[in-house]
Amino acid sequence: MTTTTPALVAYDEAVRRYDPVLGIEVHVELGTRTKMFCAAEQSFGAEPNTQTTPVSLGLPGALPVVNGTAVEYAIRIGLALNCQIAETCRFARKNYFYPDVPKNFQTSQYDEPIAFDGWLDVELEDGTVHRVEIERAHMEEDAGKNTHVGGSAGRIHGAEYSLVDYNRAGVPLVEIVTRPITGAGERAPEVARAYVQALRDIFRVLGVSEARMERGNVRADVNLSLRPTPESPLGTRTETKNVNSFRSVERAVRYEVSRQAALLDAGETVIQETRHFHEEDGSTSPGRVKSDAEDYRYFPEPDLVPVAPSREWVEEIRATLPELPQARRRRLHDEWGFADAEMRDVVNAGALDLIESTVAAGASPAAARKWWMGELARRAKQEEVELAELAITPAQIGELQQLVDSGRINDKIARQVLDGVLAGEGGPEAVVVARGLEVVSDDGPLLEAIDAALAAQPDVVEKVRGGNQGPVGAIIGAVMKATKGQADAKRVRELVLERIG
Amino acid sequence: MSTISRDEVARVAALARIDLRDDEVDRLAGELDVIVDSIARVREVATPDVPATSHPLPMTNVFREDVPQPALPVADVLAAAPDAQDGRFAVPQILGEE
Amino acid sequence: MTDLTRLSAADLAGALARKEASSVEATRAHLDRIAAVDGDVHAFLHVNDEDALATAADVDARRAAGEELHPLAGVPIAVKDVVVTKGMPSTAGSKILEGWIPPYDATLVEKLRGAGLPILGKTNMDEFAMGSSTEHSAFGNTHNPWDLDRIPGGSGGGSAAAVAAFEAPLAIGTDTGGSIRQPGAVTGTVGVKPTYGGVSRYGLIAMASSLDQAGPVTRTVLDSALLHELIGGHDPRDSTSIPEPLPPLVEAARQGALGDLSGLRVGVVTQLQGEGYQPGVLARFHESLELLTKAGAEVVEVSCPSFDYALAAYYLIMPAEASSNLAKFDGMRFGLRVEPTDGPVTAERVMAATRGAGFGDEVKRRVVLGTYALSAGYYDAYYGSAQKVRTLIQRDFAAAFAQADVLVSPTAPTTAFPLGEKLDDPLAMYLNDVATIPANLAGVPGISVPNGLSDDGLPVGFQILAPAKADDRLYRVGAALESALESTWGAPLLSRAPELG
Repeated sequence: MTTTTPALVAYDEAVRRYDPVLGIEVHVELGTRTKMFCAAEQSFGAEPNTQTTPVSLGLPGALPVVNGTAVEYAIRIGLALNCQIAETCRFARKNYFYPDVPKNFQTSQYDEPIAFDGWLDVELEDGTVHRVEIERAHMEEDAGKNTHVGGSAGRIHGAEYSLVDYNRAGVPLVEIVTRPITGAGERAPEVARAYVQALRDIFRVLGVSEARMERGNVRADVNLSLRPTPESPLGTRTETKNVNSFRSVERAVRYEVSRQAALLDAGETVIQETRHFHEEDGSTSPGRVKSDAEDYRYFPEPDLVPVAPSREWVEEIRATLPELPQARRRRLHDEWGFADAEMRDVVNAGALDLIESTVAAGASPAAARKWWMGELARRAKQEEVELAELAITPAQIGELQQLVDSGRINDKIARQVLDGVLAGEGGPEAVVVARGLEVVSDDGPLLEAIDAALAAQPDVVEKVRGGNQGPVGAIIGAVMKATKGQADAKRVRELVLERIG
Repeated sequence: MSTISRDEVARVAALARIDLRDDEVDRLAGELDVIVDSIARVREVATPDVPATSHPLPMTNVFREDVPQPALPVADVLAAAPDAQDGRFAVPQILGEE
Repeated sequence: MTDLTRLSAADLAGALARKEASSVEATRAHLDRIAAVDGDVHAFLHVNDEDALATAADVDARRAAGEELHPLAGVPIAVKDVVVTKGMPSTAGSKILEGWIPPYDATLVEKLRGAGLPILGKTNMDEFAMGSSTEHSAFGNTHNPWDLDRIPGGSGGGSAAAVAAFEAPLAIGTDTGGSIRQPGAVTGTVGVKPTYGGVSRYGLIAMASSLDQAGPVTRTVLDSALLHELIGGHDPRDSTSIPEPLPPLVEAARQGALGDLSGLRVGVVTQLQGEGYQPGVLARFHESLELLTKAGAEVVEVSCPSFDYALAAYYLIMPAEASSNLAKFDGMRFGLRVEPTDGPVTAERVMAATRGAGFGDEVKRRVVLGTYALSAGYYDAYYGSAQKVRTLIQRDFAAAFAQADVLVSPTAPTTAFPLGEKLDDPLAMYLNDVATIPANLAGVPGISVPNGLSDDGLPVGFQILAPAKADDRLYRVGAALESALESTWGAPLLSRAPELG
């Protein structure tokens, strides 16, 4: 086994001379209550081997029964990805021996996936849209989990033995396979990342999975090949597994482009193989070469009958689909009237939901954006947290803006109120009351303060009566100071001018 | 199709994860050769216009409600395990990858 | 006191109901019989005395308390060792499962227990149901009670021999290519393969999933009907289970026993007689046809040309499915584990060593054959083609059942052959199933009714086949034939079997 670092061509250089073609396979764990083929409960973090039945343990004599909700979820995913839903499809056995596969075959779908021929428009950060064509989405079951004991941590080679937990065995999966993604050019890494992210958002909105990549709910395998020009035939591709985050997807693509470019430059061939991604340095390394791995001897699963979703059922499901993320973004963009760049910033900052909720709480879109993308964004950055993690809710921002709009507080005071809420002193109203921040609305105290200020600055009266309105500001300033800022500056100005005559 | 050779038997046995002694491979090759010859006749009538039947009785859409049933108790799960540790099945070193 | 072991299950049930005998007495009588003769017959792999007597005692108590019980409550039964029984060893006749105690019951076992049938024990069989003589059991041969030097048929020779030797009035068998019917024929007992899906396969250690069915093994047709009604019916844990209730089988048997078959059309299948069938077998067959005619039936000749390909198709489909079903036996989670004595002890090598040591010759033969038939490049020519033959066989059955209400043939081409005679010739062994296999491929039900002795003094069986879901026709015609035959014989056929013990 070689351990020399492979040669790399700088990414920008590599994409100038080669055209990358991507293929991405995403597995999503469905958030059903029970497994795909048996009624064992599935949940995160259970004690090992406490969530199996004879079926998911692969005991002799056990038989699978399809989880109807999983089928519905699979159809939902297919529809959200603009796929055709099969009129009839079957499960198939994928036969291979591996200790985390209790039957030594996986019940999956082979040439009859439940959904096929779809697409997804993926938006990059700068607004560029790339259409990813989706070949198929099919249903299958997950395998158990091996923990390797002994040898180098976390890797299979050199392990002395393994401990197997079958809790995850049988969990429903949907596998989504793209057609070759072409035409992305130098933006291939971004496209790959954005695609996986877009899928993740869709899964969440559909309610079919918690879709947390860090928990393995969503897994991506990234295929990449290079060719001299877009007109050349497809090159040899590698498949990189163990890609655990969106960022890793992007990095894996960049690395493979660099590595394959170096091989091709040197006149060598790219080996078609499975590779592992390394988080630590963003590199990939070859997996073990398999001799017979590809002969899965697929045949239709005899223990299950075909799934033939009626067109009525499919339409029923389609009618219950929520607004999908992209459509929602477009609608909100139209409704709010933000500029393109402003909208992109909002999306990239993860403030979309927050602003929507704030608008629902009564604030104007502009005001909502001002708060979340301004003052709150600053504070989030300071505290090194996400916007959504700040100790204030959209409803509270809505309330805050209401207080400003009604004149009970002004913008400057609003910031103090914000401090109070974030500090946990209560909601905006409560903080205003508790801290006595309400703007003085009664003219009486204002006139007192004005008189006091005028008395302290007698030359102002003459100057203003003489036609120079400038010094009024000094009086307003004094009044604001006297009222601790809790005065409506406009009203003060009115009263001062009245007073002066 | 040609006859099933000794090498073929060895390859298939490896695919099926069954250790065979040399004499077993030899014997099997001979037996399977005869058997495969006689069963190959299915091709005579399996013309393209005939659809395949994978299920004897036509049925579709047999589903289960997404309602949990009690899991097997861990003790039962591990009871027959040739080797177990920390509530998990202990299996020898795995070399290949999925 | 009547010898309780000589009673049919129906008669014994009657005696129990009338409290002329207790279930404990009946169970003990059968356990004594087992102790007396099973040394010679070797029908049982495991005798369940304590548990059986406990069940019997419980039934007696409940009967005494006036509880309403199932008609067969208290009647002991033997179960083929391919059926999973909680707390009782279930080996499927294989070393690889020696000592394995399942943590759950097959659905049909739950039904037996629920009805209060004491389970006498588990019966011997060809390893993983692969065979026609029970000689491929890892635990020794079973001997035909008619001649201990001869085979009892297979794969369910143990259940048939147990019933023929009066060790049990009832037994459960499984039939994938004739494994209930053929032993029935060569031991002079009744055996039924229900319509595919008629009896739950949940808990049957799978051989060929699209062919396997569990069914009754008894001495009379009525007994089979009673047992069939108990174990049959829809099971939500088996996706291939028929949703509709069974037709009235016991009623059909009682009706049939009255002997009137007027209006019935009986189809004789041209391809299931003639060459390869012993003269004595054919002679008894034609005599039985005569009896059916006398009872009012009309006999017609039907041709099913695709049946000539049935054996070939079967020996492709069955090993292919079996090769996948048997993959789970790998020494990782249960059963035998064998470590290689030389070289590294890896999971892969342990799997191969375990299966090499744990599987017998016939199993290895079929697993290798099945793996070959499914492997890349061979699927269309072998498995794919065989599934097409299946379509043709179904079409031939459909056409035949348009001309006749039932189809008939000799159950097996020969009487029981001597132990060891066909062991070296697998193809010759496979020919035993030539008449029974078509029914499994099509999913239609079949019964074997003992219809006399051949010239060699050994039992012969008469097979009746009916359309799918019309299992009642088997019982009507079977009972009529049985009744007519016993009239000519003056006593049941088994009364002519030699004394054992």
